Amino acid sequence: MTPASIPWAALAVLIPLAGAIWVRFVRDPELGRKQSLIVCGATFVCSLCAWFFLENPADPEHAVWTITTSTPFSADALSAPLLALGSLLYLLVVMATLGVKLRLISFSSVLISEALLLATFSSTQPWILVALLAASVVPPWHELWMQRRPLRVYTVHMVLFIGLLVAGQAMLSMADRSDGHNPAIGVGLLLAALLLRSGIFPLHCWMTDLFEHATFGTALLFITPMVGAYGALRLVLPIASDVMLHSALVLSLGTALYASGMALVQRDARRFFCYLFLSHSSLVFVGLEMATRIGVTGALCAWLSVGLSMAGFGLTLRAIETRTGRLSLDKFHGLFAHTPRLGALFLITGLASIGFPGTIGFIGAELLVEGAMQAGPLIGIALVITAALNGLAVLHAYFRVFTGTHHVSSIDLGSRPPEVIAVLVLSALIIGGGLYPQPGVASRYIIATELVAERRHGLPAVPQERVADTAVPNADDADQP
Amino acid sequence: MNVDALFNVLGVCTILAPVFLFSLMGVTMLVNWPLSERTTARWTQATVFVGLLSALIVLALMLFTGRRNVSLEGGNFVVIAPEHFHFHLDFMFDRLSVPFAILSFVLVGTIGAFANHYLHREPGFRRFFLLYAMFLVGMIVASLAGTIETLFIGWELVGLSSALLVAFFQERPSPVLNGQRVWSVYRIADAAFLIAAVVLHHLHGEGDFDGMVGAGAWPDAECALSSTDALIVGLLLLVAAAGKSALIPFSGWLPRAMEGPTPSSAVFYGALSVHLGCFLLLRVSPLLSASIWLSAAVVALGLSSAVFAALAARVQTDVKSALAFASLVQVGLITAEIGFGLRYIALIHIIGHACMRTLQLVRAPTLLQDYRTLENAIGARLPTDRPFLDGWLSDAWRLKLYRLSLERGFLDSLMDRFFVRPFVRAFRWFDTIEGKWTDLLAGAQSRESDRMPTATQPFEELL
Repeated sequence: MTPASIPWAALAVLIPLAGAIWVRFVRDPELGRKQSLIVCGATFVCSLCAWFFLENPADPEHAVWTITTSTPFSADALSAPLLALGSLLYLLVVMATLGVKLRLISFSSVLISEALLLATFSSTQPWILVALLAASVVPPWHELWMQRRPLRVYTVHMVLFIGLLVAGQAMLSMADRSDGHNPAIGVGLLLAALLLRSGIFPLHCWMTDLFEHATFGTALLFITPMVGAYGALRLVLPIASDVMLHSALVLSLGTALYASGMALVQRDARRFFCYLFLSHSSLVFVGLEMATRIGVTGALCAWLSVGLSMAGFGLTLRAIETRTGRLSLDKFHGLFAHTPRLGALFLITGLASIGFPGTIGFIGAELLVEGAMQAGPLIGIALVITAALNGLAVLHAYFRVFTGTHHVSSIDLGSRPPEVIAVLVLSALIIGGGLYPQPGVASRYIIATELVAERRHGLPAVPQERVADTAVPNADDADQP
Repeated sequence: MNVDALFNVLGVCTILAPVFLFSLMGVTMLVNWPLSERTTARWTQATVFVGLLSALIVLALMLFTGRRNVSLEGGNFVVIAPEHFHFHLDFMFDRLSVPFAILSFVLVGTIGAFANHYLHREPGFRRFFLLYAMFLVGMIVASLAGTIETLFIGWELVGLSSALLVAFFQERPSPVLNGQRVWSVYRIADAAFLIAAVVLHHLHGEGDFDGMVGAGAWPDAECALSSTDALIVGLLLLVAAAGKSALIPFSGWLPRAMEGPTPSSAVFYGALSVHLGCFLLLRVSPLLSASIWLSAAVVALGLSSAVFAALAARVQTDVKSALAFASLVQVGLITAEIGFGLRYIALIHIIGHACMRTLQLVRAPTLLQDYRTLENAIGARLPTDRPFLDGWLSDAWRLKLYRLSLERGFLDSLMDRFFVRPFVRAFRWFDTIEGKWTDLLAGAQSRESDRMPTATQPFEELL
């Protein structure tokens, strides 16, 4: 057996699952954290291997870069970076969990949700995907229930989500699709379910409620990987009608604008983070719903950059909360003198999320604007205004948390070694990805091409090699659908 | 080595020297490996010297060889060939960019040497030089930009470093609030800039400089757009320039920016950053030639800003604010010159004004000492001016003008009243509605964060 033939993606799913069972019986929270860290580390390595061997297979002659895979729990071109992103997020969250939070977190539950997330990202079969998407809502619900936190808002929305998802997929499965047409109601129900899961207006209140009542880490891990977008890409985008996608685009764009405005007026740091994330994730949806090659490429790039940068941003806020309790943005806190590294990470991740030059988010934002220009100038203008408002919100929060007063503390609030590692790793990824974006863009473009072709013809496109090797197509091929 | 290769090497040195300085400062801060003040000063001097020398040699070579336009291809940062999407990082050395880059190096280098003493043992010494390096990168990239995307990168770096420098003394709320105000205005300018690019793309099919100003060496290039298209795109760019150069109605940020340390006020807001809007207008000046209405708007905005600033400057009670408005008078005049088509005069005016204003601002902290020295030298009090418009206006009108000037034209309060407050009020209302909706779903008050003790006290007091 060669390293390339090992099912790395399946291992990435199984390791946290086995780890969850093991950690479940560990009574010492600190020991549980250490063992979870090892499990998350091993999972991350497996995810990286799955990505590496997908790009460097054992038999390069037959190497293809495609999003079509029929094997359950295996990585393809779309999911390989997402597996790495998801496992990295879990690793960093577990790593940056300080002692005072240990008794609030169930590491067993964290590892189960990691296994569910990675299983979702490595699945393409509709019913398996539906089942995993439905199952993934349970760990946060379980945490709320165990800690006797209010869970009605979350429960109502998630029951609706699962109902819509299952009903939509059932209608699609039962419908006669021999004539090539898909039942509009089924597709519409699926789309509605996934928009709900992604917090698109007006069904977004569960997200702020989750941040209000769950632990920050759990809420962060539940929303930042954007599994709703993954579900939309796999289940809806190839078959949804133009009208449906345009309607969803308008909703997503409205959500992005609305959430950016809401982020600016929030008084609680968690709610601020939630709206800021919602604005960014809605922009990813806007790109996907353009259904053009450039738009989808921009959305896929922004997906990775937003996932990484907003997770880092959330981790920073969580680290500060660990030191100070719930943060109000009504007042200045002046924490920079105590935690300059966290201040730097807050700025770097926040700026990356808004697509600041030199960061990983820059090229994704550029491609989204480029795609919007093709789709219509009003969409482009709305995107620009959203980005401007988000930029204001990020610096507003930075000033409130890190500056404005002299913070007096009799205990050391400085960064702990695990936090320093998390800061440096995230900074390196954010800046490195910003300075050398071409490989990421090229691979995302091939996926976008396949998705758009699949949407146009109802069949997967011919697998392509790297985009840098592709010739410029003729004018007809270059036209957008 | 042939001339082209020499141009390339020198061009790369001009750009990479400040980039290296910024990287050095950033990495050492992030890994917590502090550079000493002396080391910081030496690296700053060395990199600014290399960049300045390279730019000077480029200028000399251009004069010697008679070349008016030298391009430095940075290559495709990102390319998606099938979509004809190319993100170029191209730089352009011409009669506009080279003087502006040299001016940036000279003034930033001078201020670096000044700040090294002025901020000696200041707790934020390294933070200042990190932001200083970021500003220098932004100015050089914006000055030498050969594409809109490259210009935008520099434009953004200048904006962020400026806002953070205004908030440099960050343990007081006032500088921070002023930094936030500067950032807000800059974001409006950035948005206008990007929307101009979007509209240009929609009208013309591409968003490059070539599409906007046509091919050819500055300032003789001819605009490829029709008069109406030039007016629409030009007005958006005028908003962007007005935000960056503190023209009406965005003038309020300039005196606020003086809250930062004197070295940064001097070089950034008094000299370089405030001229960046004028630079943008100069760069796209062929657009102005294509539309008489656009030129008229530029002239009107420039002159009205100059008149307003002249009035406001006379009633300021601190020297840095007075100098800020004095700067704005000149910036308004420069803008008007650009509108009148006097491009070379505007460029010379920028260079002269920036140098003089830098000198004035770095002398500002010792103004009283300078006054005493002068009075001791002449053996009498310095003569005072006659009251402004004495005999021309009635007392009632003079009082009104005085109030208007003292309140800085009510520009900030008008923007707050008509834009900021309605915006905040609307979204707070949405927030309340959402709260009620989640309360209804939850069957109880759902927002515990509204009732929780928030963190203003140290951690142990919360336990």
